Amino acid sequence: MIMIEISGGRIIDPANHIDKIGSVFIVDGKIASLSTAPAGFNAELNINARGRIVCPGFIDLNARLREPGQSQKATIQSETRAAASAGFTTLCLPPDTVPVIDTPAVTELIHDKAFHAGYARVLPIAALTQNLQGKDLSAMFTLKQAGCIAVSNAEQPLANLHILRRAMEYAASHELLLVYRPQDYSLSNSGCAHEGHVATRFGLPGIPAAAETVAMAQCLELVEQTGCKVHFSQLSCARSITLLQQAKNRLLPVSADVAMHQLFLMEEDMLPFDSRYHVLPPLRSRQDRDALKEALGNGIIDAICSAHQPHDIDAKLGAFPETEAGIASLETLLPLLLQLVAGKVLDLAQGISVLTRNPAGILNLDSGTLTLGAPADVCIFDPAQHWLIDKDSWQSNGVNTPFWGQRMQGRVTWTLQQGRIIHSLNSGA
Amino acid sequence: MMLGTELQLTAQGKLKHFLAIEGLSKALLTEILDTAESFTGISERQVKKFPLLRGKTIVNLFFENSTRTRTTFDLAATRLSADVINMNIATSATSKGESLLDTIRNLEAMHVDMFVVRHALSGAAHFIAQNTAPHISVINAGDGQHAHPTQAMLDMFTIRKLKNDFRQLKVAIVGDILHSRVARSQIKALNILGADDIRLIAPKTLLPAQIETLGVSVYHNMNEGLKDIDVIIMLRLQKERMANALLPSESEYFKCFGLTAKRLQLAKPDAIVMHPGPINRGVEITSSVADGEQSVILQQVGYGIAIRMAVMSMAMQTGGTGV
Repeated sequence: MIMIEISGGRIIDPANHIDKIGSVFIVDGKIASLSTAPAGFNAELNINARGRIVCPGFIDLNARLREPGQSQKATIQSETRAAASAGFTTLCLPPDTVPVIDTPAVTELIHDKAFHAGYARVLPIAALTQNLQGKDLSAMFTLKQAGCIAVSNAEQPLANLHILRRAMEYAASHELLLVYRPQDYSLSNSGCAHEGHVATRFGLPGIPAAAETVAMAQCLELVEQTGCKVHFSQLSCARSITLLQQAKNRLLPVSADVAMHQLFLMEEDMLPFDSRYHVLPPLRSRQDRDALKEALGNGIIDAICSAHQPHDIDAKLGAFPETEAGIASLETLLPLLLQLVAGKVLDLAQGISVLTRNPAGILNLDSGTLTLGAPADVCIFDPAQHWLIDKDSWQSNGVNTPFWGQRMQGRVTWTLQQGRIIHSLNSGA
Repeated sequence: MMLGTELQLTAQGKLKHFLAIEGLSKALLTEILDTAESFTGISERQVKKFPLLRGKTIVNLFFENSTRTRTTFDLAATRLSADVINMNIATSATSKGESLLDTIRNLEAMHVDMFVVRHALSGAAHFIAQNTAPHISVINAGDGQHAHPTQAMLDMFTIRKLKNDFRQLKVAIVGDILHSRVARSQIKALNILGADDIRLIAPKTLLPAQIETLGVSVYHNMNEGLKDIDVIIMLRLQKERMANALLPSESEYFKCFGLTAKRLQLAKPDAIVMHPGPINRGVEITSSVADGEQSVILQQVGYGIAIRMAVMSMAMQTGGTGV
């Protein structure tokens, strides 16, 4: 029996409304006690967490790891390690790998690679349609059995609403969650920036807010029709919040997340043609950003995801429209969360909740909490520590972040996944 | 943030690259116009050449086909005594999968001094300016739907020649603003030079989102928009605009937004008519107006060489000394 004591930290477990100074006792990979040592407890390792915050490990609803298929950008090994260093114990991987996650073989390959890497756990999301082509349903039940946590068509369009309807019905039959990034592809066309005053100034093809809201409204009608549980991924527009609120008022089985960078960056930031700010959905207006923050604070938006997309250098070298979209964002997540807390967008317990308990609830996981008997997925961080984002501190293979070179506050010092230490910043034991 | 101020100018505030009108001062635009003035009339001289850029190598880097713009850049460079290399990349390197940066690196290795760049994507000239060797100047000859600053400056030159003071001027830009890099650069230049009223006349399908934020007023009715106008700039209408649900037909477009002799009468009696070319007769403008007394379309073309000489010589004066 492996026994670990994490002592003297401020324990925050939103699921159990715990916020206290104390010790966490871990036995055999599970939370054994948050108060006194269990009978016969004899710590093999004592982690001194004085001055640190001890909370459940973070759960990311959306992180690209680039493997299989694009290992020139990143690997499961490199990105799960980066994730562990940023406090993540669980990552959901969208199905647009190469080949796509539409067979048990690919699912197992990902599980194997993640297992051997030994850092954060990876939960593959299965393709909704075969090869993500938007036409024929994938073998959702088989993929669920193989270990996929949900279904999604990632960034690929569906041929028509009939396919979406049938896919939702089929997913609902097998109690599978649909992760849906709302985007009407005829409206987003070949856009690369928010259709607003900045895109107009710079002659960049625009993506109107309606590309998101139209698709979302249609999907919500199909939730009414089919009863399928849907999680809306990476909302970017103020008007989407209104739609989400209305759906929740009608008690539809829906939830939503926002990518962390959408809460900080906006269309003006991409000047002049700075490809590091090229993301999809695009950075939108200040009004949209502020509405997303408000919706996070009042709980309409359930979770924050990283939308981590590591790239090689070449992907961001070119004229803005031809560069690849995405930000490498796992490692900036905690410092940015603490900035939201400092800015009173949400309090610390809420902030931890949107990264732990809430995504666990959406995915129906038993982690995301320090409840007795739960897997000992634990993040320990120093909320006061300053660090510089540079090549010495950065773990991800993708350095494509607009925050490069900035000083950040808040750093993860230990991460445990099922009681295994998957990250330790320095020897605090 | 002002786009490209730090990129386009040297520490001394001199022109290093010419990528967009945005970020440049009224004084600098005026300097370009004044310098161009000194080059006009050169075509009528016996010896058409100035030795200003002798020994310099200029590469016309055209990723998008263009005959007229490339020819005027070519002529301008030749008259400044530079050596000119014309690269028609639309049909060479990039079609073989070479990246934009690799193309630039290869040309840099040939010790060139200036790139004149045309590219189908917005921001391409900026990207090249940011990534090229410090001694090289970049002139934007049109990037995507973003900017075409030398075209806008030759239009400003034409207007100043014929109208003197920008501050009294009401200018109408008519047509496909959405896809027009020329219009974006004109709007910026007219605002910097202090035009009184800049009106855009177009249906909503041909106007980009929140265009009013650029300091213009918008009209969907041409007859209203043309009232009391001093300068009318007609934009070319591409045929493919009918295909993408932007317009029903050329004839309906002409009915609503075509410049006819009758419509021209709504403007001031001494209004001038401009067009960046090439014109579609009977689509955006009738022949009687295009060839009429108020048209200055051919003058514009002539001034194009002087403006390009001005910009090239100004940028090369700072070339090599770097930032």
